[in-house]
This record gives sequence, structure tokens and C-alpha cells, in this order.
Amino acid sequence: MANLTLVEAVNQALAWEMAHDETVVVFGEDVGVNGGVFRATVGLQEKFGIERVFDTPLAEAMIAGLSVGMATQGFKPVPEVQFMGFIYPALDQIVSHASRMRNRTRGRLTCPMVLRAPFGTGIRAPEHHSESTEAFFAHMPGVRVVIPSSPVRAYGLLLSAIRDPDPVVFLEPKRIYRAFRQEVPDNGEGLPLDKAFVTRPGTDVTLITWGASALETWNAAGELADEGIDCEVMDLATVSPMDKETILESVSRTGRAVIVHEAAISGGLGGEVAAVLASEGLYSLEAPVIRVGGYDAVPPLARMEYGYIPGVQRIKDAVHECMES
Amino acid sequence: MPVVAQFEITYTQFLDEHGKAQQELPEFAADADEMARMYRFMHLTRVFDRRCINLQRTGQVGTIASSNGHEAAQIGLAAAMRPEDVLAPSYREHGAVIWRGVRMSQLLAVWGGDERGHNWDGARHDFPYCVPIATQCLHAAGAALAFKMRGDEACAVALCGDGATSEGAFYEALNAAGAMNLPVVFWVTNNRYAISMPVEGQTAAQTLAQKAIAVGISGEQVDGNDLIAVRNAAEIATQRARSGGGATLVEALSYRLADHTTADDATRYRPDEEVEQASRRAPLHRMKRFMEARFGWTDEQETALIEELEAEVEKEVEAYLATPRPKIEEIFEHQFANMPAALEAQREIARRYPVPD
Repeated sequence: MANLTLVEAVNQALAWEMAHDETVVVFGEDVGVNGGVFRATVGLQEKFGIERVFDTPLAEAMIAGLSVGMATQGFKPVPEVQFMGFIYPALDQIVSHASRMRNRTRGRLTCPMVLRAPFGTGIRAPEHHSESTEAFFAHMPGVRVVIPSSPVRAYGLLLSAIRDPDPVVFLEPKRIYRAFRQEVPDNGEGLPLDKAFVTRPGTDVTLITWGASALETWNAAGELADEGIDCEVMDLATVSPMDKETILESVSRTGRAVIVHEAAISGGLGGEVAAVLASEGLYSLEAPVIRVGGYDAVPPLARMEYGYIPGVQRIKDAVHECMES
Repeated sequence: MPVVAQFEITYTQFLDEHGKAQQELPEFAADADEMARMYRFMHLTRVFDRRCINLQRTGQVGTIASSNGHEAAQIGLAAAMRPEDVLAPSYREHGAVIWRGVRMSQLLAVWGGDERGHNWDGARHDFPYCVPIATQCLHAAGAALAFKMRGDEACAVALCGDGATSEGAFYEALNAAGAMNLPVVFWVTNNRYAISMPVEGQTAAQTLAQKAIAVGISGEQVDGNDLIAVRNAAEIATQRARSGGGATLVEALSYRLADHTTADDATRYRPDEEVEQASRRAPLHRMKRFMEARFGWTDEQETALIEELEAEVEKEVEAYLATPRPKIEEIFEHQFANMPAALEAQREIARRYPVPD
């Protein structure tokens, strides 16, 4: 069994699925010879050949559009967009085509593709390398948005995303690409795309999170436990379509919810979770639902990025506020 | 069958790699002061770049893109521009923007993760560094449209690399410039690599310059390591634009002597021998030979110049390092002209939390 980082688990999942399904192809900018700027595709070209793992011209709309074309004709493209900040030329292809090909052809053509992109702040990168705009994609019917926050979930969720018959935007939190290691058995077992993961059971309050914020949320829960507040921590993972059932079940027990994400708070998916609780879980609630997120500001350059995203103290303060109301 | 379209692309070089003139030189090349000024800025670009890499290695700036090898392409182009022209640079064009009057301490701030650097001195109407690829080409076309509508005798210049020529935005900008007869210059510094992708992987076209043909604008190729060829082509293209003659695409052949950025390791995808060979054709080397032969430039002058420039750069580094850290409140201040109440409330929350360095 291999002890892997999140990015290594991505690589292991790609390798497994390529070995077991010859229709899977990987391409994008610098994914071949260079193995990806974060090494997510390292070694794949050597293993599976330049026909199935290749570098493309520098054009994101092209990467996404080629994928739509290939996917409709029997391939399973797993393209990479190098950073989420450069994904916007591809947005047109995802929004106008990938997400609705099945619907507009009444199932005649489908788009089984996985668009991978690293996202989020925290690596002191230049401008446009720190966005968390998962809500853009989550707003689109017909596309799944999946965000792993541990090596085990990166492996299992990516396998399921590739096997899924519909388009998936798979966003990898690069801040925790190498933050910790886990045993990740290379057994080809996928994880469900319709389930949120309770990573820490608790009874007092439910902390709902995804992406790199799972790390601070986890740490906050640990510190709060020392104060006697027993937090349940939930990684939403597939942020669209959302697993309402697990959210509602948890909050029916705890009666309190704090949502933590890195993306700008307004129009962020925390609002969707809060809406689920307001419309379907209101009578379980003992306190207002609290959202902690990035501020409604452009993600700042490196000097201020850790002031922008929710830190452990801000999460703890939100939990206290929730517990005291 | 009748041939309905034919084209040719010219390649211009004045100085060979030893700095020897290959043809009659343009007038400016005889102007000792002007040539010395450009040579000085080429060296400044190199000295600054070297110091930037060193600051990154010691953790004093973040990831940074080196301009090593692009000194002629950047300075020759910037020198042909007028202050009232507008520049839309990619993120690698330190030399061009320094020539345009931006302080090195401000560039260091940008790469050091501080937005205040982009509120720069010098050409206040120039665009900030563009990090997304090729999108600035459209901004230059838009600026050119503004000049045209207002009747200004000015042009816009977009600077990008070979990788950018694959992006939709690049073609859209070129096409708009042709269709609307815009006073704009698209300057592609073909340094042979977009991170790991050699230019042959970007296109099956023989040249990048010929992409101009498809949209009906002028296109030419120059030796981008030859300061005189660069300046000459830039003067012709900018003058053509300012005088209503339309847009030009210039492909300047060069070589990226450094990694893509400090986060990259080019040894993974290109052989050392190739870099070594390219460094023998480096622009500074050839200009030094030219300056020696034409203007009696001496090794003593060369040493003194570099020492002087190192001191100049060091002052800027000190100014950068002495700049007080931005405050978290500042991330809210420029979102809108008038801060919405909801944002003010967020600013108050942000104030309560110290920002880890």
C-alpha cells in the first residue's frame, strides 16, 4: 500500500484508469513531457504513450472543446487546465456544450469527460493562480463538480469521475496537494459522487466544508474539542449536485451548522447549503446558520492571501457565535 | 487553377551573432548616445533580472518569470514607442516596462505579492502585466480603437509570447485589428518555449508572422536578439499604426535562456546543449561586440556600467524591502469606486484577524 500525497493519489488514479480503460486519454498544457506543473501526470506519458498522454497547444477553450468532441465519439478525455484562473476560456465549452449535450440530443450524444484543474490560494503564486470559482460550474445543470480534500478521496473520487457517464469538473485544492500523506490502496475502487463524507463525528455543531478549507476546519474542530465543543466535520466533496440528505441528517442531530469555504462568500456554495437548511431543515436548527468564506474581494496576491481565506481562529469564532446564539 | 492568394514573410537581421553588420544600418544606429542608452537599459534588464532570481531564491519575492535573453526584443521595442502610445505587456517584459518609466521597486512589489506595485510610475496609462495568456492582445486592440475614435496620433502595442498565438484571444485581436484598421502592433517574442512546449508543438505554420496574412494585416519576422532589427521593425510598425496604415504583427525570434519561471525546471524538457548554443547568440553579447567596433566601447566601460547598474538595482531592492507590509483592509479598498456597505462590514471583520506572513 502506498503512502501518498493528494497529488500523488491523483496520479495513481489516472494511471489505474488508463491501464484498465483504453478510452481514457490525458492531455493539456505541459502534462506530457513535463508531467504537469504540479507533477499530477508525471510518468503517464512513459507508461501509456504519447498517443494517450499528450501536450496540446496553449489554448483552454481548445482543450475543453476537443474534449467535448472526443467524448461524444467514444473516448473518455481527462484534460487538465493548468490553473483554475485560466479556465475561463474553457467555460464556454463546458457551459454551452458539455453540460447540455445529453439533454439537447435527448441522450443521443453524451460527454463523459473530466476537466481537472488545481484551484485555490495558498502557494504564494502570481496573480490569477489562486481562484476558487467552483460556484460558476456548480450553477450549471448537467455538470458535476467534485472537490477532493484528502489523498484517499482524491483517488476514489477521480476514478468515479472518470467512470461517470456525464461531464465532471474535478477541482484539486493545490494548497493541500502535499500537505499530508495517507495510505491509498491502488485497488481501483471508486468513491460515490453523490455522498458527502463525515470526516469527524460530533454532536454539538456540524462544520460543512470542502477543498483546502477542510484542513483549517479540521484543525479548528480539534482545538474546539479541547474547549469541550464536539464538532461534526463534513467534507461535501461533490459540491454539485449536493448531498442534501447527509447535511440534513447531521444537522438534525447537532441543531447547528457552520459552513466554511475559501471562495468569496457572496454567491458561494455556502449559500446553497444554507438554503437547503433553511428550506428543509429549519425545524432542526437551534441557531442561525453561519457562513465563513473568502471575502467579497479579488483574491489578493501572496502577501495577503492568508488574510483572505478563513483561518482557524475565524472558524472557531464562527462556531462560538453559533454555539452562543 | 487560378491562384487567388499568395504571400511571403520577410526576415530581417542587421547584426549577426558576432555583432557584425549584415547590411546598411538604419539611421538611429549611428547615434552614439541613443545606442548607449539602449545598451544601458539592456544591461539594466539583465542585472535586475539576475537580482530578482536571487531574491526569489532567498524568499524575498514569490515566483517570478525571468526575462533573460529577451533584452533586445524588450528594449528595442520600448525605445520605438512614444510616451503617449500604450503598452499591454505580458508578465515577462521587465525591460520594456522599466524603459517606460516603471520603478524596479514596483515590479518587485508585484512579484513580491503586493498589488500596490501595479499602481506604477511612468506610463500611467499602460496596462499592468497580463498573466492570463493573450488576453492583453484584445486590450491593445481596444485601446487602439479608442485612439482611432478620438483621432489621437498614438498606437497600442501588445507584447506576448509564442504560446499566446494558440489562444483564441490572439486571433480575435488580430482579426479585429484588420477588420477595423486599428493602430496597433502585436509583438510576439518567439522564445521557442511555452513552459515545456516547443513552438513546433503550437503550430504547423512555418512562421508565426504569417498569421497576419489570414486577417489582412502586415506581418514580418525579425531577429529578436538583434537590437537594431528590433528597433527598426518596431519603428516601422508603430509609425504605420500612428499614420493610419493599420496593424502589424511582428514575430521576433529569440530564446528563453531561463526556466519559464522560478517554479519551473527546464532541464526536464530541453537539453543543456541547446541552451548553451542559444546563449552564444544572446543579445547582450552581440551588442557588446557592436558597441566595441562602432563606438570604441571598452571593457573598463563595461565593468563600470555593470557596477553602476548593480548599485542602481540595489537601491530599488532596498526601497522594496523597506516598504511597509500592506494592511488587510487594503484588499477591500479598490473593489469599487464606492465601497458597498456589505463590504465595509467584511473589512471590519478582516481587521480583527492578524495575517500570518
